[in-house]
Amino acid sequence: MMRQLWLTAKLDIVESLRARWFQIYTLVFGGIVALLFVFGLTESRVLGFIGLSRLLVTYIQLTMAILPIFVLITTVRSVAGDREAGVFEYLLSLPVSLSSWFWGKILGRYIVVFAPVFLAMLAATAWATVRGIEVPWSMFGYYTALLAVMALCFLGIGMLISAVARTTDLAQGAAFLVWLGLLLFLDLILLGVMIQGKVAPELAVTLALANPLQVFRTAALALFDPQLIVLGPSAYVILDLFGVAGYKAFALAYPACLGVGSASLGYFLFRRGDLP
Amino acid sequence: MIRFQNVAKTFRRARVLDGISLDIGLGERVALIGSNGAGKTTLIRCLLGEYTHDGLVTIDGLDPRHHRTRVLGSIGFVPQLPPPLKMPVGQLIDFSASLCGTDPRRIHGLAKRLGLDVDSVASRQFVRLSGGMKQKLLIAIALGRDAKVLVMDEPAANLDPEARKIFFELLAERQEDATMIISSHRLNEVSTLVNRVVELDLGKVVLDDKVADDVSLAGVLDCRIVVKRFEPAFAKAIGVWNFADQGDGLVWEGRVAGPDRLRFHGMVARYVALISDISLTEAQT
Repeated sequence: MMRQLWLTAKLDIVESLRARWFQIYTLVFGGIVALLFVFGLTESRVLGFIGLSRLLVTYIQLTMAILPIFVLITTVRSVAGDREAGVFEYLLSLPVSLSSWFWGKILGRYIVVFAPVFLAMLAATAWATVRGIEVPWSMFGYYTALLAVMALCFLGIGMLISAVARTTDLAQGAAFLVWLGLLLFLDLILLGVMIQGKVAPELAVTLALANPLQVFRTAALALFDPQLIVLGPSAYVILDLFGVAGYKAFALAYPACLGVGSASLGYFLFRRGDLP
Repeated sequence: MIRFQNVAKTFRRARVLDGISLDIGLGERVALIGSNGAGKTTLIRCLLGEYTHDGLVTIDGLDPRHHRTRVLGSIGFVPQLPPPLKMPVGQLIDFSASLCGTDPRRIHGLAKRLGLDVDSVASRQFVRLSGGMKQKLLIAIALGRDAKVLVMDEPAANLDPEARKIFFELLAERQEDATMIISSHRLNEVSTLVNRVVELDLGKVVLDDKVADDVSLAGVLDCRIVVKRFEPAFAKAIGVWNFADQGDGLVWEGRVAGPDRLRFHGMVARYVALISDISLTEAQT
């Protein structure tokens, strides 16, 4: 079972490494870090942040904008595309269990999706160490964990969409709509205004925090603005509900659960229906 | 061995398989024929456990959907259209061999017999191989294990005559201990390979017949053709069949695989006005 899972994961890694989307994906994240260094971001001082902290804050903001749509579109494109092109018909005629196939594919893709993002950040850290710039290890650790669950979350959603949509076009359209939907509900500041109105604050914030994009954004903000002052009244509800440390934990646990839950639902639908 | 019992499959409102019932025993070689949309591919996918369906499909009493690894471990499958896999050839072989519990060298050996040197293309992406090379590799993977059932969808379509001859020999080596299902649009493509014909039309079995089993899969025919004049087009066509020119392009001799005789006749028929003498004799093996 584990052998089949790892074989499938390896297969997906090799397929992805040769795909054009992966080359572009790697180039984008490697390029972002390189550009941040080139533009001397480590030398600038904004909101009291200097050195690598400043670079990491900018990097994670950019990653949050790019990674979800990248992961969603590439996942559904390749999975639904493989199904349409007959790859599933052939590979699933081999004696591999459906669970090993599905979860192996997720594992392989997860490694491929997370590695460039993490390695780019790691390269920035290594470069900073060489240059004698102080590395904020706790921030680095938390951002790494945040990126890891972000990749997991959107990969799980992508696999769910791939399991439901039967064609590449439909899968791509659905992935884009999901991302757009999350993006449209991405404004805690607006929700703050709602709270000032008649909507119950707990309900408004709960709705907002059901959106993983909002969870990541708020968690990233919390690292340099622990009291979440920029969020306005919403901050009170969040901090009352979770506390600073509690919210940091929630920001890792909830998207991870959402990703694993989506992937599990995708697996259930995948094994119940027609495979190719 | 293989049982289809009242198998039905509907896509949205289209009934693609409509109550198929078939029993296929060990050693049977079944041609599954029918026009496009007849239900051949759907039936094969049900057999491979890839489609959900009504009715029952079993191989040795086991449902391929619920006992995937056990059932599929005994099935070798060659699809009609090679999948566009980006992985290197070597990895595809290792992946398949590892899942099927076979030695990759066995697949290498079979590919070599079919005329494909795996070592020279091991690092090349599968999708970058020529149509014939892909087909040879997929056949080698399907035959390179102890499969009790061979399911092949137009398996010889992209093979050259020499590779087809070897392919028929390979099938002959397995005919005693394997059941074969060979799907094709046209009966004449596969008639000499099989001993039973099942025709599908609109999702139903419209013909299920035994056919004469006189053609040996491993048999070959000695052939001699005399033409009235040298004709470059004929020389090129007959050269594909590895015939040797015995003098000024007028006399050609070679060997044709027994199951390939219909295809060979089809090629020769194009030059019938040019031919003054032709003989085909079963070679002594």
